[in-house]
Amino acid sequence: MRKGLFYGLLFTSPAILGFLLFTLGPMIASLVLSLSDYNVFKEGTAFIGFDNYVRLFSGEDDLFYQSLGATFYFVALRVPAVILISFAVALLLNMNVKGRALFRTIIYLPSIVPAVASAMIWMWLLNPDLGLINTVLEWLHLPTSNWLYAESSVIPSVVLTTLWGIGGTVIIFLAGLSGIPKQYYEAIDVDGGGWYSKLRHITIPMVTPTLFFNTIMTIIGSFQVFNEAYILTDGGPNNKSLFYVFYLWRTGFRDTEMGYASALAWVLFVIILFFTFIVFKSSKSWVYYEGGGRS
Amino acid sequence: MKTSRLTLAAGYAALILVSVMFITPFIWLIRSSLMNLSQIFTMPPEWIPNPVQWGNFKKALTILPFDTYFMNTFIIVIGVLVGTIVTSTVAAFGFSRIQWKGRDIVFAILMSSMMLPAAVTLIPSFLGWQMLGFYDTYYPLIAPAYFGGGIFNIFLLRQFYLTIPRDFDEAAVVDGAGYFGIYFKIILPLSRSAVIVVALFTFLGTWNDFMGPLIYLKSDHLFTLALGLQMFQGTYTAQWDLLMAASAAVVLPCVVVFLVGQRYFLEGITLTGLKG
Repeated sequence: MRKGLFYGLLFTSPAILGFLLFTLGPMIASLVLSLSDYNVFKEGTAFIGFDNYVRLFSGEDDLFYQSLGATFYFVALRVPAVILISFAVALLLNMNVKGRALFRTIIYLPSIVPAVASAMIWMWLLNPDLGLINTVLEWLHLPTSNWLYAESSVIPSVVLTTLWGIGGTVIIFLAGLSGIPKQYYEAIDVDGGGWYSKLRHITIPMVTPTLFFNTIMTIIGSFQVFNEAYILTDGGPNNKSLFYVFYLWRTGFRDTEMGYASALAWVLFVIILFFTFIVFKSSKSWVYYEGGGRS
Repeated sequence: MKTSRLTLAAGYAALILVSVMFITPFIWLIRSSLMNLSQIFTMPPEWIPNPVQWGNFKKALTILPFDTYFMNTFIIVIGVLVGTIVTSTVAAFGFSRIQWKGRDIVFAILMSSMMLPAAVTLIPSFLGWQMLGFYDTYYPLIAPAYFGGGIFNIFLLRQFYLTIPRDFDEAAVVDGAGYFGIYFKIILPLSRSAVIVVALFTFLGTWNDFMGPLIYLKSDHLFTLALGLQMFQGTYTAQWDLLMAASAAVVLPCVVVFLVGQRYFLEGITLTGLKG
């Protein structure tokens, strides 16, 4: 077939144009804006070099460090929780049990609930006085909590609400698990090994590519937490859940300091890039690819 | 694989426990949406509404113009769906069924944008749309879908297209078909299920989008369901009966769409995870 290049570009042109218009262009514009003091309500805009970045890191803006801290705490808590729980649930779903499809549906369903609606439901479940969760804890004679309304528990509570939506991650793990050939397990049966040696020597090594994919996606997603801060906590109490993107939104759209907010955006971009890179680099030593062994 | 009875029993118990934890918020949502306030607050909690307060739905959905929000959301969803399906299938075709120099590099560059936090492009995109005079319109929410419909969808479709044997294309070429012929007569009909997957994900993504409408829409009469629900919550704090009724009404269409297209969802997620 001739004219491959012409038709190739023709078919992909909307996507390429979209990338230029909605990704690359804005990225460059954002970098330029981050070097300016652009503010919607201020006359004139000047280029101020790296002043925005200096202001960020100099300690002049405590809220920057506050939001960075809140976000790191959130990510550090959420990523292991999502990965461990999703993997455990996927292992359960991968068993040869009756009603598997029903269990799978029940676990996936919450992940399609709109963030706003999910936030409403959790706000009500976690209500300190009348919510179901405190009621159940009281009934079990366990300590109750103020959940979203206490400085110390707000971030773990937000993590908890997002764990309801891990269905997608579970299903991806499940796909990875179902791709493991049955003969491998039979070999362990022959050797007289139990479920633990199956998990340790077959399931975990074989599922590492899926684990790698899920970890990257969960890290990227967690760093960008926004809806929960906007709807559930408004960044509070006392800025304890002032997540990074929420702070960025507030700076750019409520305080209309769009130059400064663009600098915030680029810092986030570099942070996410850094963590993604680390996971990629480390993956060489722990991700097992069939055929190649550990490369 | 042999599993001992004991392991299986423990597995069942754990699965049931997890399922109860996942489904309880739904039950809590529905029972609260059908109770009056005094029954909602009864201690210990009751699970069966008595009498059933269907009126909550009517009240909740008429206090704010939820019918308008519903129509608005619907208009945006349809606009986005059309753009996404047309341009993502075309692009996936160009990235999988046509050989051209630089194809894989261009695809890799586009894929890398999946790692880019939306926050980085947020402010310039907003300023761009505002400069064009499209702030407080649906253009910023719909138009991007006509430019590739999102790299994730292109990736998903491309994965699927790669599984279709090349011989089919060659047979069509012998019959005198060009690239458009192959796209319309072979690839599209054979990838129906993948297109449905993309449509379902796009529907949910658009229906659930909160940040987009929040940033681009200002006038009440243009609001989407997600924005409307958020506004409702701001106004009627502690009216848990009405809040839950409104939430249930927003969730319901998603649940219906999911249950109808369930098979495709699972297929689609599997497709993205395997070669991720």
